[in-house]
Amino acid sequence: MGYPTQFKYSKDHEWIDVKGAVATVGITDYAQHELGDVVFVELPKVGAKVTTGKTFGSVESVKAVSEIYAPASGEVTEANGALVQKPEVINTDPHTAGWLIKIKLANPAEVGALMDAAAYEAFIAEKQKEASA
Amino acid sequence: MSEKIKKATRHTNQNEGLIFEKSSPGKRAFELPPLDVPAVDPAKALGDAYRRGGVDGFPEVSEIEVIRHFTRLSTWNYAIDLGMYPLGSCTMKYNPRVNEFVARLDGIATEHPYQPQELSQGCLKVLQLLEKCLLEITGMDAITLQPAAGAQGELTGLLLIRAHHEKNGNPRKKVLIPDSAHGTNPATAVIAGYEVENIKSNADGQVDLEHLREQVTEDVAALMLTNPSTLGIFEQQIPEIAEILHAKGALLYMDGANMNALTGVTRPGDLGVDVMHLNLHKTFSTPHGGGGPGAGPVAMKKLLEPYLPTPVLVEKEGGRLALDFNRKQSVGRVKAFVGNFGVLVRALAYILAYGPGVRQATEDAVVNANYIRKGLEGVFDLPYTKPSMHEVVFSDAIQKKNGVNTMDIAKRLIDYGFHPYTTAFPLIVPGALMIEPTESESKEELDLFVEAMKSIAKEAAEKPELVKTAPHTTRVRRLDEVGAARKPVLRWKAGAKRSEAAD
Amino acid sequence: MRYLPKSPAERQEMLAAIGVKNVEELFSSIPEKYRLKKPLNLPGPFSEQEVIRYFQERAAENSGGYTSFLGAGVYNHLRSVVTDTIIQRGEFLTSYTPYQAEITQGTLQAIFEFQTLMCQLTGQEVANASMYDGSTATTEAVLMAERLTGRTRVLVARSVHPEYREVLRTYAKNSELHVEEISYTMAGTLDVKALKAAIGEDVCAVVVQSPNFFGTIETLGPLAEITKAAGAMLVVAVTEAVSLGAVKPPAEADIVAMEAQSFGLAPSYGGPYAGVIASREKYVRQMPGRLSGQTTDSEGQRGFVLTLATREQHIRREKATSNICTNQALCALAATVHLTLLGKEGLREQAEQNLSKAHFALSELEKIPGVKRTFSGAFFNEFTVAFPKSVKLVNAELLKEKIIGPFVLGTAYPELSKNAVVCVTETTSRADIEKLAAGVRKALAA
Repeated sequence: MGYPTQFKYSKDHEWIDVKGAVATVGITDYAQHELGDVVFVELPKVGAKVTTGKTFGSVESVKAVSEIYAPASGEVTEANGALVQKPEVINTDPHTAGWLIKIKLANPAEVGALMDAAAYEAFIAEKQKEASA
Repeated sequence: MSEKIKKATRHTNQNEGLIFEKSSPGKRAFELPPLDVPAVDPAKALGDAYRRGGVDGFPEVSEIEVIRHFTRLSTWNYAIDLGMYPLGSCTMKYNPRVNEFVARLDGIATEHPYQPQELSQGCLKVLQLLEKCLLEITGMDAITLQPAAGAQGELTGLLLIRAHHEKNGNPRKKVLIPDSAHGTNPATAVIAGYEVENIKSNADGQVDLEHLREQVTEDVAALMLTNPSTLGIFEQQIPEIAEILHAKGALLYMDGANMNALTGVTRPGDLGVDVMHLNLHKTFSTPHGGGGPGAGPVAMKKLLEPYLPTPVLVEKEGGRLALDFNRKQSVGRVKAFVGNFGVLVRALAYILAYGPGVRQATEDAVVNANYIRKGLEGVFDLPYTKPSMHEVVFSDAIQKKNGVNTMDIAKRLIDYGFHPYTTAFPLIVPGALMIEPTESESKEELDLFVEAMKSIAKEAAEKPELVKTAPHTTRVRRLDEVGAARKPVLRWKAGAKRSEAAD
Repeated sequence: MRYLPKSPAERQEMLAAIGVKNVEELFSSIPEKYRLKKPLNLPGPFSEQEVIRYFQERAAENSGGYTSFLGAGVYNHLRSVVTDTIIQRGEFLTSYTPYQAEITQGTLQAIFEFQTLMCQLTGQEVANASMYDGSTATTEAVLMAERLTGRTRVLVARSVHPEYREVLRTYAKNSELHVEEISYTMAGTLDVKALKAAIGEDVCAVVVQSPNFFGTIETLGPLAEITKAAGAMLVVAVTEAVSLGAVKPPAEADIVAMEAQSFGLAPSYGGPYAGVIASREKYVRQMPGRLSGQTTDSEGQRGFVLTLATREQHIRREKATSNICTNQALCALAATVHLTLLGKEGLREQAEQNLSKAHFALSELEKIPGVKRTFSGAFFNEFTVAFPKSVKLVNAELLKEKIIGPFVLGTAYPELSKNAVVCVTETTSRADIEKLAAGVRKALAA
């Protein structure tokens, strides 16, 4: 699976897709692969505030729970309700149907500090090299 | 499997549904003696609080159905009575049957914790003797038998540490925990109100003293150490670690889960440990029973004695024993009543059976682990090469090259008639195989184990699919854990469709 | 030594295979000065007979031959020999925690049945596979309410077992929790006015026990309403589980914390027992303790696995819902076997016998001049009486008749000196009850 070039990526393996003042956030294919089969997702309510670098929810597999860190600050406008019934969508479509939340960005300029697709792919390539060393 | 496996053969198991599926109104398994007083009308006596008609859905079966149901279920379990458990840090040793007998004696099993203390001298003597024995074994000054398990013991230990620091004017903020520690350690530290800071292990899997020196400040309440470590390796620098901590007023807590490597050979108290817990269901042979009950006594140096949980066993004039509830500086109580007395009885019975000869058990445990290590060195990757004590940790690095990991190997071991070893722990060894045989294993059982592991390593190299899809001979195949977590079904409901396939 | 399966020759063989001359070499990683030079000073070694004799001698120094009227959180009930027959089977007794599901289906299915029975008893949707006991289950229930509501004030009824409240205070000291007590009325139940006055939007849990420590049954409806209106959670502790055979289950509770000792577990001087937490499905991810879940294997067969393990310490570590690891599995199994034996009719009959015997005991005691019932609320198998004399003096006289008298309330409840809680179960005979009444009459006349 490729990493969409219009997304930006964080070191905690989240992606963010900015469209004007609103952004969609999810976890990357690398993250879902590390986690294994997702069994449960905990997401914030609409109206909740998220802060860059702080956790806003968690994604749970059978063997682990992963906190999700906000790649940017803002207010939650939508949470992906479909994931309640079908958390497995995060595994099959992490970059599309498996989106987690939509936020109204507090500071759109923040996103510039994140990695682009090429930088992220290099980042995970390094990680994979370290792991097999 | 084309070759014959010596230890395990196929076995016919009975199928058995849920007890609720066998239920039919009017069946009885138990009768009460007749009522010898006037019967009261429960609706009148309880009024609105009356539960009409009994508990809905409760089973109605006969005695033989109960016996068959649970007997059949029991035959689906592996157990120590059947064979070895190589589980690291679990110390799955023989559970002596005389312990079960004495725990059930009239006068032992029947005593109420609130009965007059003058009618409980027998129970109190049992507690006193167990305390004395455990203090002798650990080299400590005071002890509480109240905690119900190791994790509760850890909490008690941290509460004692906190009380000590509070008394000295500064409760402190952090507890240091090695990255190789058991999960209960950090979980417990948080419940005790502390922040957790990880200490890295060095290349030998021991605490890195240089980093430790930097990390120990007056904000650190204690270091929680497991010794031997979860790698089965003795922390040789424990006395230095204790010094570094004590110099800053911090205390050394030892997780006693691995006491099976130390009993009779060395004493944590002598090494500089301030407080520790013991797992009676590990080192002291009390049965695991499918997950408990256990007991987690906490032994400590004199400086923590004032904070002991209430009540404290004391001896009065004439040798009379009593429980002292008037302890002004006590941390409180972590559990109702005195402790898991039935478990304490079993542990004392175990100690009495061995006496001073308990060192032999430790020696055999260490010999057994090293025998396995020798037999499997070169077959499996050994990440830390310092001497092993009662357990040895390998990794799946060699087998991983063929896509076979520690979980797969563990599942295949089941086909060979063994319970798996501990997989994927400690966390500092990726793909860990943690093996602790205990002293209860004969040379014969150990040889069969080594043979089995060697055979699986060969299979991993030559027919990895066989290992990756194991186990093949169990009553159920690999179970869908993902489905169980996505849509949890945690109880039977009336009207639930009985399973189509054979149970 | 009979527990060690090695001959001297085999030890030598193994040392040679390892490549050392003696066992001492294997302990070389322990600094020499810390290696013990002498054997430990321990009693023994005892043969099997000597172990038995030691404990028989201790048993003879306890309360043999006495009749007890104590309850207060630990109850004498009938136990079938079938229970021990089952739990003494090596496959149950000596089996490990069922992390390897394929070879522990016996334990896992039994736990699933236990969870079901607990739900049926308590009227809740989901129950866990046991906590250490009722006192820690109650505390863990409060911690669960704290996590779920994000609030830190706890209102506990004073009529909750004193030791349960002590345990809660011990755990609360090191957390953000503030525990306040709510008093009781002369009916012997929670003071609803006081609850209304104390409750607020900062309360995570209201904790009551039913039947409470005085034996009185709480009316949960109004308590639940007040609690929910404030957005708090109602935690109901049950120490006498047999009561649920006749008393309506606490279905209004958000969380039930129960002690299952009454179901086939001997009093055993304080433990081991089995605590249970039961609650609503929607809270299951915040529930501590193990859970056995139904699933299927790759061939479609029904099976069971430990599930939702990510809540637990071995995965979540410092973020775990609890630090609990070892629980009380064998005790829960004993309770499962016991309840299966009793069955629907057996439990109902047992509960009703308790009710009848307790009412008979009260009527016999009330015939004695000066003795009256303290509280007016409905009760199950425990009730509180007031004596005109110190209870300790009455009990001292009763001991001479080989009777262990009722629980003295004065220590934990100074406002209730001269009051005591009498417990009567199906194991108390009519003759025992009449002897108690005669003994009390004599003690008061003296």
